[in-house]
Amino acid sequence: MARFSGFGVTFKQMFKPRITGFYPKEKREKPERFHGRHVLNRYEDGMEKCIGCELCAGVCPAKCIYVRGADNPADSPVSPGERFGFVYEINYLRCIHCDMCVEACPTEAITETKLFEFSFANRADAIYTKDELLVDDEGRAKRQPWELWLGGEDDKTSAWMRATSSSGDADYEGRVNWSGELGFGVREPEQGQSL
Amino acid sequence: MMLGAGDPLLSGKIDLTVVLIVIGKTVAVFAFLLVAVMLYIWFMRKVIADMASRVGPDTAGPWGILQSLADGIKLFFKEQSVPDSADRRVFFLAPYISLMTAFLAFSIIPIGGQVSIAGHQTYLQLADLPIGILFLLAMSGLGLYGVMLAGWSSGSKYPLLGSVRASAQMLSYEAAFGLAIVGVLVQAETLSTRAIVEKQAWTGVGSLGTWYVIPAFVAFVIFLISAIAETNHPPFDLVEAEQELVGGFHTEYTGIRFAIFYLAEFMNLITMSAIAVTLFLGGPAGPSLGFLSATGPINTWLMPVFWFIAKVMVLLFGTVWLRASLPRLRYDQLMDLGWKWLIELAFIWVMVSGVIIVGRNEGWNLIAVVPLSLLGGLGILGVLRASMPNRSELVEEIL
Repeated sequence: MARFSGFGVTFKQMFKPRITGFYPKEKREKPERFHGRHVLNRYEDGMEKCIGCELCAGVCPAKCIYVRGADNPADSPVSPGERFGFVYEINYLRCIHCDMCVEACPTEAITETKLFEFSFANRADAIYTKDELLVDDEGRAKRQPWELWLGGEDDKTSAWMRATSSSGDADYEGRVNWSGELGFGVREPEQGQSL
Repeated sequence: MMLGAGDPLLSGKIDLTVVLIVIGKTVAVFAFLLVAVMLYIWFMRKVIADMASRVGPDTAGPWGILQSLADGIKLFFKEQSVPDSADRRVFFLAPYISLMTAFLAFSIIPIGGQVSIAGHQTYLQLADLPIGILFLLAMSGLGLYGVMLAGWSSGSKYPLLGSVRASAQMLSYEAAFGLAIVGVLVQAETLSTRAIVEKQAWTGVGSLGTWYVIPAFVAFVIFLISAIAETNHPPFDLVEAEQELVGGFHTEYTGIRFAIFYLAEFMNLITMSAIAVTLFLGGPAGPSLGFLSATGPINTWLMPVFWFIAKVMVLLFGTVWLRASLPRLRYDQLMDLGWKWLIELAFIWVMVSGVIIVGRNEGWNLIAVVPLSLLGGLGILGVLRASMPNRSELVEEIL
């Protein structure tokens, strides 16, 4: 009778709970340190955090970031420092979401949201420009028409950053050395690697 | 008139009301089948989803019940392509042959009992042909043409291979299918579906024994297997084995013509289940609600239809279950099962039940005759088996 046991398997399965969810309507909670689409952050006064240092572009293993810095105009500075990110582009056809740009950034200018549901029909849409990456006046990511934002994705950015301390110094672990993100404030530090 | 042989509606004078009733019944059966197919496809997808721990269609309508309607609308508006090498006239005709035979086969099914409409007594059944079952066999034979011509007229290799497979499979199982039906007919002694159903009428729990599933159990099993093979349903869906044949005979069909093949396939499935219910499970027979008037509308109209649909539903659930559980057979396994087991089993069954019936009438000693006929049948089978070439020897010869 073993050859008919398959019927029992399928029949029993009918009364077991479903594994699949109602995906676009109900989404599962994403992991704390999920790597999604990037944002370029600003300070509370609206200044951009990016200083155009190109460290992110240098560390990127997929070579998907293109940055060009420029001197801040003296009368209307874009960032608090000497220089600012004049051009900032991320090619999402190449990005592998390894988060190394976020680790490399000295000013926490680039962080990752939880958004992964974005699909483009052409190359121009796939290459995000600075305008598209920069957060708006509320500190929220600008939503592109080809992105599916369903809530929660832009609330928790840069969680991974806070696991480490400034310059990797163990003495500073668990202490927040950064200014708050616009619209999000300062969040509690995460437990570090030593725990 | 042949059509009206059994139906009291057509035995008297045929006036406008009678014609209108017949037209009404035709439209009703047409609509019933279409809605049934729509719901069956939804039901199938839901149940298979359940069996695979999935949710299934859930967006169109409540519980996704309108999913097949949405699919149909989509297919209706899709572009239809015809291969350059196709025989256009036959290519366009083939889906409609499939559809027409699928519809016509259902017309002989008794859906309910005898009711009165506008003062006329009539059966809840489109046509009570005196040759009912033969008509079914004719239609399932003709349905083969739809599949065969579709593959042939596509002017493309895979559809042709698919249709060759289809015709070989359907022809092979037509034999076992027909013999399984004969296994019932020798006991029922009639070809009219209405008469067969009346022999299984409900008179209490004891009448369960008159349902031919019990006196003709072997025929029932053979019928179910070969009916599934006839309708190209898994595990016998070699006709559309995607891994080997792309889509089988309907590879080149697009849009609504493809949908019609799909429709015909599921319609055949429903018809086969309905035939199984009619032949073996008493058709619309079942207990009526005793506390209501026996001649009231509920007991004459509703309850027989309810029992009929309930029984069909059970069988249809079985087909879905098969689809979810079994992998596809290999081609030689399919042919082995058909030719080496089902046909022979059906022959023995027809022979034994024939002997029993003749023996009863002639007053033979059944205890002696039945084992003798069984032995005789097995003996003939043994000779046949022994004379069959051995497969491994054949393979060696070819190599």
